[in-house]
Amino acid sequence: MKLIDKMIQCKINGITVNVEAGSTVLDAAEKAGIHVPTLCHLDLHDVGIVNQNANCRVCMVEDEKRGTLVPSCAEKVTDGMRIQTDSLKAVMARRTSLELLLSNHPQDCLTCVKNLDCELQSLAYEMNIKEIHYHGEKMSHPKDLTSRGITKDTNKCIMCRRCVTMCDEVQTVGVLSPLKRGFDVVVATAFHLDLGQTSCTYCGQCVSVCPTGALAEMNDAPKVWRALNDKQNHVVVQVAPAVRVAVGEMFGYAPGEISTGKVVSGLRRLGFDKVFDTNFAADLTIIEEANELINRIETGGTLPMLTSCCPAWVQFIEAQFPELLSVPSSCKSPQQMMGAVTKSYYADKTGIDPKDIVMVSIMPCVAKKAEAAREEFNRQGLQDVDFVLTTREFSRMLKEAAIDFKKLPEESFDELLGESTGAATIFGTTGGVIEAATRTAYEMVTGKELKDVNFKQMRGLEGIREAQVEVGDVTLRIGIAHELGNARKLLESIRDGKNHFDAIEIMACPGGCIGGGGQPYHHGNTDILKKRQQALYKLDGAMKKRKSHENDMVMKLYEDYLEKPGSPKAHELLHTTYSTKARI
Amino acid sequence: MREKILDRSTLDTALLARLDAYIDSLKGDKQEQLIHVLHKAQELFGHLPHNLQLYVAHALGLSGARVNGVVTFYSFFNEEPVGKYVTSVCMGTACFVKGADKVLERTLNLLGTKKGEMSPDGLFTVKDIRCIGACGLAPVVTINEKVYGKVKVGQIDDILSRYRGEKRAD
Ligand code: FES
Ligand code: FES
Repeated sequence: MKLIDKMIQCKINGITVNVEAGSTVLDAAEKAGIHVPTLCHLDLHDVGIVNQNANCRVCMVEDEKRGTLVPSCAEKVTDGMRIQTDSLKAVMARRTSLELLLSNHPQDCLTCVKNLDCELQSLAYEMNIKEIHYHGEKMSHPKDLTSRGITKDTNKCIMCRRCVTMCDEVQTVGVLSPLKRGFDVVVATAFHLDLGQTSCTYCGQCVSVCPTGALAEMNDAPKVWRALNDKQNHVVVQVAPAVRVAVGEMFGYAPGEISTGKVVSGLRRLGFDKVFDTNFAADLTIIEEANELINRIETGGTLPMLTSCCPAWVQFIEAQFPELLSVPSSCKSPQQMMGAVTKSYYADKTGIDPKDIVMVSIMPCVAKKAEAAREEFNRQGLQDVDFVLTTREFSRMLKEAAIDFKKLPEESFDELLGESTGAATIFGTTGGVIEAATRTAYEMVTGKELKDVNFKQMRGLEGIREAQVEVGDVTLRIGIAHELGNARKLLESIRDGKNHFDAIEIMACPGGCIGGGGQPYHHGNTDILKKRQQALYKLDGAMKKRKSHENDMVMKLYEDYLEKPGSPKAHELLHTTYSTKARI
Repeated sequence: MREKILDRSTLDTALLARLDAYIDSLKGDKQEQLIHVLHKAQELFGHLPHNLQLYVAHALGLSGARVNGVVTFYSFFNEEPVGKYVTSVCMGTACFVKGADKVLERTLNLLGTKKGEMSPDGLFTVKDIRCIGACGLAPVVTINEKVYGKVKVGQIDDILSRYRGEKRAD
């Protein structure tokens, strides 16, 4: 029996509120309907993430009884407490904190990547800062523009440590830490290495939560503009599932708005020659992966098999669990399969020289940039995928081209590599890949029709989930984890023989790709992730075909080109290898 | 730079074995005892080069960034080789008010070195440190274990020469 949490009472600006013992003043204020500005504070408890180190002091309020100022985000409510959030003392304290932060911040908002999407900037507006009264020494650090995914401009860092919470506690990658002390404190990599020299997975969760422009994705839009303007090029683009349920947010739509058709027409207007669907490649991935799983089960191969669609996860296992490199599926991710098939099958069919094809992806992900650059994905001097844009970069390109997103017509993906099923759509959420794989594996193994394709036990936002599915006379034991810290727990339990699974799906970001590091900023609101997730399941539910092997274009690809799942040709194009990476 | 950090071959294997033995001997949560391990490592190696920090990180299952964060937080730890005489100039409030910055500047000039770097003769490393709790004696300079109080800029040459007179140990 759960004990009822003790309730205590306090007053916020004269309003009486009852809160559970242990609540912060900020929680109480929220309950009283009173807004207190915050900056370093980040509370994503739905996905198990909280950054609470109270170092920005932007949330100061006055404790009337004691006559002192307290940081509302960290101060616990005591019974009978009386808080004033709008006393002159409190307001001035908050202003001072913010002005001090601004006094050590570059004033280049107009050209900053985070312009109009920056929490520091919004606060300056909200708190009506018109002048900065403090002038002193400013930080001066070089920018790190060396990695394939993330840029770091330390001078814009306000030491909130949200990125450290993400990198160290949530993802357990531990690439970032505060170094030094006092004014010299800097959030950096070990020994100030460039990010590209560390075991950064490029999951981009640091970017997702950075309140300023200190961390951002590498901007690849200029390269894509150049490619689009070169007449010699045949520029092909693919769009990942999680993009279509999030991009609308960049144009004023509510979270969860489905904008597939507008995305397609928007891409055509930007000048792409063909618009393909990463979902096509997701269906293809499922067929290869299900085939590999069945093979491993039948031939006594390595189990569990882990999904390999998430590039941050792949980077993670290569650096953190080199002894487990035989467990991930050898399947390339859908992004890479699409690139490989475009530059072979599609090139063959259309007679276009693969050298003239430029493959661009629109991804919810920062790590996809680094994935595309991996040397494993080079065939005959050509990378499968040439450029990767995040959902945000894609939106910015549309804005740059003065395309009015809301007025765009609904259009469909191009033939050949444009068809997809509901199974592919749910690749964008935690649990989706393994559900899709189960739908296909079931029919492959039993030869019988799967009547109910909804595997509800695999859905949700719980960090680690388990499910068992009867497939003919075998019981498939399935594990699911999102966020790399949860993946680590799951992996350790397997390595130590405490847990047994046949198949495991891992996605690095909270919620899966819907919460990817390249998605529109959620600014701490996890409801947005839930809405995006619901939208994907809605899309799946509305499809006539919901099993990957029902995708006719994929079947035609096998017939005309690949022969059958796991064939030598399929291996050459659709599979890859992994290697140990140093852990720094 | 990355290669140098990953390269363990420059670390004395006998000393590493002693460090390993120390880590093995620790009871309880070893990660919690990072500071002790770093103390031991510095005692053995004299300073904490980057590859040694990463070695410690891997030995304890911590991230390199975390270990480097702790090493750079405490002025006690040295990332660079240090001279025979570690000369610390207190920069706490009381000492600062009494002109510690001038004392520091003069010391560095006389030795021809920079903050935190070993002097060309290998004898001295000068650091600025936080309040050491001897504010009554401000400004305070310590050289290894010895404390000098109420130091005047004009006395520094004299103090340093007492150490310079000695022969280098190695
Ligand atoms: S939000 Fe409370 S201290 Fe930063
Ligand atoms: S300020 Fe130097 S000893 Fe206290």
